[in-house]
Amino acid sequence: MNFETAGYSLQPILPELVLVIGAMLLLMLGAYRGQRTTGLVTTLAVVLLVATGALVLMLPAGKLVTFGGSFIVDDFARFLKVLALIGSAVTLVLSAEIMANPTRRMFEYSILVLLSSAGMMLLISAGDLIMLYLGLELMSLALYVVAASNREDAKSNEAGMKYFILGALSSGMLLYGASLIYGFTGTVQFAGIAAAAKDGNIGLVFGLVFLLAGLCFKVSAVPFHMWTPDVYEGAPTPVTAFFASAPKVAGLAIFTRVTLTAFPGIVPQWQQIVVFVAIASMALGSFAAIGQKNIKRLMAYSAIGHIGFALVGLSAGTVEGAQGVIVYISIYVAMTLGAFSVILAMRRNGLHVENISDFAGLSRTNPLLAFFFAMLLFSMAGIPPLAGFFAKFYVFMAAIKAGLFALAVIGVVTSVVGAYYYLAIIKVMYFDEPAPGIDRVRLELRGVLAIAGLFNMLFFIYPAPLVNAATAAAKSLF
Amino acid sequence: MSASIMTWPVLSVVTFLPLVGAALVYLSRGDDDAARGNARWIALWTTLITFAVSLILVARFDAADPGFQFVEKAPWLGATITYHMGVDGISLPFVILTTALMPFCILASWKSVTMRVREYMMAFLVLETLMIGTFSALDLVLFYLFFEGGLIPMFLIIGVWGGPRRVYASFKFFLYTLLGSVLMLLAIMALYWTAGTTDIPTLMHTAVPRNLQTWAWLAFFASFAVKMPMWPVHTWLPDAHVEAPTAGSVVLAAIMLKMGGYGFLRFSLPMFPDASVYFTPLIYSLSVIAIVYTSLVALMQEDIKKLIAYSSVAHMGFVTMGIFAGNTQGVAGSVFQMISHGIVSGALFLCVGVIYDRLHTREIAAYGGLVNRMPIYAFVFLVFTMANVGLPGTSGFVGEFLTLLGTFRVNIPTATFATLGVILSAAYALWLYRKVVFGALTKPSLATIKDLTWREGIILAPLVVLTILFGFYPKPVLDMSAASVQQLVNQYAAAVTAVKAAALP
Repeated sequence: MNFETAGYSLQPILPELVLVIGAMLLLMLGAYRGQRTTGLVTTLAVVLLVATGALVLMLPAGKLVTFGGSFIVDDFARFLKVLALIGSAVTLVLSAEIMANPTRRMFEYSILVLLSSAGMMLLISAGDLIMLYLGLELMSLALYVVAASNREDAKSNEAGMKYFILGALSSGMLLYGASLIYGFTGTVQFAGIAAAAKDGNIGLVFGLVFLLAGLCFKVSAVPFHMWTPDVYEGAPTPVTAFFASAPKVAGLAIFTRVTLTAFPGIVPQWQQIVVFVAIASMALGSFAAIGQKNIKRLMAYSAIGHIGFALVGLSAGTVEGAQGVIVYISIYVAMTLGAFSVILAMRRNGLHVENISDFAGLSRTNPLLAFFFAMLLFSMAGIPPLAGFFAKFYVFMAAIKAGLFALAVIGVVTSVVGAYYYLAIIKVMYFDEPAPGIDRVRLELRGVLAIAGLFNMLFFIYPAPLVNAATAAAKSLF
Repeated sequence: MSASIMTWPVLSVVTFLPLVGAALVYLSRGDDDAARGNARWIALWTTLITFAVSLILVARFDAADPGFQFVEKAPWLGATITYHMGVDGISLPFVILTTALMPFCILASWKSVTMRVREYMMAFLVLETLMIGTFSALDLVLFYLFFEGGLIPMFLIIGVWGGPRRVYASFKFFLYTLLGSVLMLLAIMALYWTAGTTDIPTLMHTAVPRNLQTWAWLAFFASFAVKMPMWPVHTWLPDAHVEAPTAGSVVLAAIMLKMGGYGFLRFSLPMFPDASVYFTPLIYSLSVIAIVYTSLVALMQEDIKKLIAYSSVAHMGFVTMGIFAGNTQGVAGSVFQMISHGIVSGALFLCVGVIYDRLHTREIAAYGGLVNRMPIYAFVFLVFTMANVGLPGTSGFVGEFLTLLGTFRVNIPTATFATLGVILSAAYALWLYRKVVFGALTKPSLATIKDLTWREGIILAPLVVLTILFGFYPKPVLDMSAASVQQLVNQYAAAVTAVKAAALP
């Protein structure tokens, strides 16, 4: 074998290395100095994530490939890695409050988030099926543990257990699909698969179905969504915020990369799967959310619906579609983090309240919080001029260009159904009589909410930077 | 249009000035009486200044030029979707209608809104920006942004400051309108991929393929028919009107309904002429049903606001009929009818607001004999009732007459049936007037009722003057829109002729 130094350069993977080594060091710090270092570890973890993001941006421009094509850094990877790191960093900021609580102190939480983020970065840059699986498992294993991180709470344990068992099942399916694909194409590299998969070999399509099933589980798309509401509800709220943001970015990123770079020759075969998954997710997300009483469960169905909308873009299978997915997931992360900072702010007498009825009359007891949340909800419903409208705008643009009219019509109709349950929360906040006031909102929550909320409201004034970056990222896949 | 008079973007200033006012209201902190007063005065001055600035548009407007004026263009979403604003003879009257009515809305809420005054004023000012933007956007995506954005403040206005069934009404309003509009959004996207742009002036001169025309026409129709509202998708309107606070009803009836008619004029006719011709019988049928059926429904109402709401649906039937008649009289009449209805229905809701503020009920049966204690009110209400009926000498007559004339030229049965609506409107409007104003004043709750206050007088007097002025002298409105209407009609006729010629072997 000819080990070219160029083919195995460590430079493209430098940010991941820094992140992993930093996580190890922080683990040592926590292990040797005990739980009193929790606050310090969390702060350093945020700094580490920011530094990693900066390193990602400082890599040389263009497409970098290493480990014989297993690891790819292109504009697509750069964009989504930074987005995932932002998601992780912000969730760590949001959880500072829980970490400060002396009874709950757990420095491992930050370490697990760091390791999970490293998994996401590998996943986003995966250039073959092996790297895909490694990244996916590194990300997921950490997620299983953080889901159960509230050891005293049976619900949290249940959430972790459920997530782990179903996650293992989906990983099995994914591996089975990957082995079939390897068997029928003779390669695990996406580029090689693309070259071999010009015709729709039935065995290959079979493998593709299993692979996509595994990926659908990770992004919580119907029909592999069942874990989502339970895990969202059971996990501690900052953890739920984490689940709803960064892992979704990574999951959608690899979904997009696999379908567009490994199977561009058999678009019709995977397109029908993605179209079905998109429709089912949008419909279930919209209808099932209507009856929810718990805000975290509602956010779970909302996330399922949003993934469906993002997949509308992917189903187009074009540059516009990939761009739509990237814009969608970026705005989705901003909206979700903002919404969860509101949910985390909902505390009465030091206890978190999670029922939608607890938001009653929030517009009078805490007008600014209610206003920002209402705008985020309108945005999630896709009402212009808020950012959520532009997210939907780009994915449906792509679908219309690809001639997927039925999908587009079903999509917008479900978005109207979805608007109903978002409006229902706004109704509770604005039209109902006030419930007792909430505790003072902590500074970091206010900061996150202000940034997410203002981004969401003012995006329409100058959308060009995000859209242009997304276009460049999408083009790097083709 | 020389560069010297375009030294400042007057149209954008008019559009976004209310937003500045909303920011000022936000900055006026506190919730005591002084803060509420401040919020009211800031809102009033903002709307008045906006109106004053919008008069500059009128002064500088060249009525002989059928094209778009005060055009502003700046890059926005990439190179093809731009921030493109401008007005022509069709949109300018609506811009002025909006800016002119907003001060009345603020004044009408002066005393009746005591709860969360700051938020209320901010919602109205934001709404004003969105409404002006809807009428002056020259890019489809920008138009959609303004058009749909209006749902948010209106939803809150109905839901927070509305009547007992406000939740139901606000949800119905929001979801109905949204469902219609999202289909339009898809059609906008399809147009974008066909023509490569969403620029309205460009699209007006683009030949859209016949097949796409049909679907796009239907999608736009879904949105505008709900907004208008046309029978049978009008059912959100009575609910929204009844539950909204007085000023909310005024804005809904006077301005937001006009967005539907404006949409038909701006998009359906010029961009999809073949489909418009194809679907004209559908529009005629729905218009006639709206005129006759909703007039009959209005006769059965026990709630004053509901009656006026149904009468609005009927009057909008004349508008759709006139637009799709496609000739000068029909289209000009529709524009005039919309402006006139904006003034008259707005004024009628203000009149209802006057007695609602005193008795807190809108039941027709709760009133009677008001003329004995409220002679000035009785006179004012009479003027607007007559205008609603379409009595010659009021502005209501001009619009109805022109639309009927235009329709008569192309389709006599439709015009004949529609004329029935004129009789029916007299029936329900006079019945309402008799029940509320005439008769003996026997109800004890009315024994101490007071006539118009000076504030209410100031609100209603200009509207009385305008209603009668435009009834005798409709020239200002008709002249303003004449050139643009003529151009629209000519283009439409040319496109229709071309299709007919092509259809021949």
